[in-house]
Amino acid sequence: MSGGDDLITRGMPGATAQPGAGHPRAAPAVGHPHPHDSAPAHVSGRALYTDDIPAPRNCLHLAFGLSERARAEVISMNLAPVRAMPGVVDVLTAADLPFANDVSPSGDHEPLLCTGEVYFHGQPLFIVVATSHHLARRAARAAVVEYRDRPAALTIDDALAIGSRLEEPIVVSRGDWQAGIAAGTHVIEGRLELGGQEHFYLEGQAALALPAEDGMHVHSSTQHPSEIQHKVAEALGLPFAAVTVETRRMGGGFGGKESQGNALACACAIAAGRTGRPCRMRYDRDDDMRITGKRHEARIDYRCGFDGEGRITGIRFDQYIRCGWSQDLSLAVADRSVLHADNAYYLPAVQITSERLVTNTASNTAFRGFGGPQGLVGIERVMDHIAATLGADPLAIRQANLYGGPGRLTTPYLMEVTDNIAPELVAALAERSDYHARRAAIEAENAAGPIIRRGIALTPVKFGISFTLTHLNQAGALVHVYTDGSIHLNHGGTEMGQGLNMKVAQVAAEVFGQPVSAVRITPTHTGKVPNTSATAASSGSDLNGMATRAACETIRERLAAFAAERWQVSASEVRFEEGTVRVGAGTVGFAELARAAYQARVQLSATGFYATPRLQWDRRAGRGRPFFYFAYGAAVTEVALDTLTGENRILRTDILHDVGRSLNPALDLGQIEGGYVQGAGWLMTEELVWDKAGRLTTHAPSTYKIPACSDRPRALTIELWKGDNPEDTIYRSKAVGEPPFMLGTSAFLALSHAVASCGDGSLYPALDAPATPERLLRAIDAQRGEPW
Amino acid sequence: MTLSISLTVNGVRQDLAIDDPRVTLLDLLRDRLTLTGTKKGCDRGQCGACTVLVDGRRVNSCLSLALSLDGAEVLTIEGLAKGDALDPVQQAFIAHDGFQCGFCTPGQIMSAVGLLNEGETGDDPERIREGMSGNLCRCGAYAGIAEAVSTARRLRDETARPLRDEDETRRIA
Repeated sequence: MSGGDDLITRGMPGATAQPGAGHPRAAPAVGHPHPHDSAPAHVSGRALYTDDIPAPRNCLHLAFGLSERARAEVISMNLAPVRAMPGVVDVLTAADLPFANDVSPSGDHEPLLCTGEVYFHGQPLFIVVATSHHLARRAARAAVVEYRDRPAALTIDDALAIGSRLEEPIVVSRGDWQAGIAAGTHVIEGRLELGGQEHFYLEGQAALALPAEDGMHVHSSTQHPSEIQHKVAEALGLPFAAVTVETRRMGGGFGGKESQGNALACACAIAAGRTGRPCRMRYDRDDDMRITGKRHEARIDYRCGFDGEGRITGIRFDQYIRCGWSQDLSLAVADRSVLHADNAYYLPAVQITSERLVTNTASNTAFRGFGGPQGLVGIERVMDHIAATLGADPLAIRQANLYGGPGRLTTPYLMEVTDNIAPELVAALAERSDYHARRAAIEAENAAGPIIRRGIALTPVKFGISFTLTHLNQAGALVHVYTDGSIHLNHGGTEMGQGLNMKVAQVAAEVFGQPVSAVRITPTHTGKVPNTSATAASSGSDLNGMATRAACETIRERLAAFAAERWQVSASEVRFEEGTVRVGAGTVGFAELARAAYQARVQLSATGFYATPRLQWDRRAGRGRPFFYFAYGAAVTEVALDTLTGENRILRTDILHDVGRSLNPALDLGQIEGGYVQGAGWLMTEELVWDKAGRLTTHAPSTYKIPACSDRPRALTIELWKGDNPEDTIYRSKAVGEPPFMLGTSAFLALSHAVASCGDGSLYPALDAPATPERLLRAIDAQRGEPW
Repeated sequence: MTLSISLTVNGVRQDLAIDDPRVTLLDLLRDRLTLTGTKKGCDRGQCGACTVLVDGRRVNSCLSLALSLDGAEVLTIEGLAKGDALDPVQQAFIAHDGFQCGFCTPGQIMSAVGLLNEGETGDDPERIREGMSGNLCRCGAYAGIAEAVSTARRLRDETARPLRDEDETRRIA
């Protein structure tokens, strides 16, 4: 179990990579960089995704007919031309649905099919069932739909004007924030607009429903098989027990498959129930981008008082979150924005108000960070703005405000930060990245007035780990040991590329002292582990790792008790290690022991369960302990900006990130790097544009720009922070899925630094995100006194 | 009207009747030949998940009409390995963690094979990244991808070394 806290770097300039390096096959289980469990299948095209499962005989294909209006009443819908199209077998409207017409993940009503009122452009109106995917899509376009338009609320301002919100605003405050602001020697105000973000999982949404004798079996590309099970059962009027859902893997999820797969799975199951034939559905990319929700757009207004050193004395945030047309997961997302409005900083007097606004756009949903990034970028903007006001280095302002010191460890929601490593981590990264010297050199170079300006920024991340809906923090696992010593592992989490299956397999191998290759990972299946939570909130390995360890320990204890009796030693003298079992002074093979135990009628199968301890949270009051612990990190990004065109690129990025004691450094590095790239994409290039009719005009990669291979930083170093998780997590590791996403904030603020160099320091650039070349040019011209 | 074409796919000749001139090579591979290793990401030639080699050159199979490829040789991810022996590019993608979810991986690998065949990158990481920029990876595994291509290039050069003299002769000629 050594190695987890070794210094791991990737992409160090001058380092030469060796094939196979870092992949010791026979290494101990936990803490070593085992490759992804499906690696050989992935590189040879053998890994099956939902739409790759061979079509069963007589399989039918579905497509939705979509609304062409953002807000309207449907006066009439003539589907006869659809039925007359080639290959069409069936067409269903809301009136044809046998039971529930609801795909909401939150208990709020969200119809699968429109019931007369249209709420967003792209809302499903009807289902076409045809003999091929293409025929179904072509037929769907033949419908003749008459609408009566109603006024649509598309933007945050539209929703505010008509008071269109999901619930009354949430207000979290601590101390006298008004007095705090007034006590500052300086007061600043500002507004930050943050765009949304399309998940762009490379594998679009997909489902396959197979009618069974007494129910339905569904393959779904989902992060939440249990919810698919529940929604399908309700749609079919069946008990949950009559529906099974299976997920082998997803081609990316990022939160976009937490609830957005419900519609496809329900549609397939309903059509399969009606026709008695297997039914499958996948969204074409354009449909996927039009129909499914995205990251929430947000507006952050701030008013902040601070002293001459830049220390905040009082602050107020007003967060406006654009939720789209239905509730989905928006309340919890907006809550997390509130809970990350402090990021890593102590706010002595604070009020955060959160507006959850309903608009006639796709229903925004979970996306890596789950609202946290919006809150976090808000306070990082404030830090930058304070620095600009004082003419100080933003890093010094950040360090002055970090949590730490007596009486400076309480969050706005009154949870104490007991695991704070932000000050040491930030200082270490500043040192390792040579931040101060590089910043001085950049300032000197920019002062000479070149066309290409550079900018640099260091931003920290502190991210709360746990579902804020406390009861979701539970997980189960099912483990079998067979008489040949092979281990069958199933757990409630889903694999979307993050390497969860490998991490959990490492846990099982560790408990049994077996090589990872002895553990067979099996598809997530509601019939094996029931009542699971979504694989979300970065919790996958924390929760499922613990549940798996519990199951494996149950079997190991039975085996140890059996061996102790058989060979007359004490149970503590039976040790499972190095691929074998030591019994007193002798050894017995694991397979041999399993066989002997079976013959002695010892049960070799067990379930495991885990519930995260010590959580308690009152979301309306904004008080309690919503998180088990915090994960930390920081990044320094240096950019180059062409002041004539607004084009820019990342020159160098240095990251220091905290994963506790790493379960698997290779997988953790991948998550950190990928999170950074995705976060930088959100804030730099990924722009969603709706036209005045509420139509998403950026519904394909031709117009929506996610980072490409050529956008990656020229130089990128990632180091893992050395240090165990002080909380009792699985082998003292920390969650890693979401926290690194927010490291991308440093790229955004580095651009701001480069822009600021074009002015005399009197005007703070106040960039909105994404910082597209247009926005950058506009900001540059404003710095030069030529606003447009 | 039904037309027929003949393709060699992964070394096997296929005579195929095509009843719709709009059928793409991608749909033909996935739906007719059940070669589902080639993925559909965007269906408009922007993401690269559908990359295969046609007569040795990399193409987006979602933008290639099957009827236009009569007589062509197609190589997909399923045909890259020699039996159980993975191609150096495949090996390098595993060694460098050049993927997470794996969905873009077949396209990345076929694109890398095509890029190395083009022989324009030299050892320049910038040109490798540029040459791979038509293949999107939403997981952001670009560091591993670029390293894998670079390593695969070296591995290929090493295995090709005995042929170097002959190559030079050919170039002079």
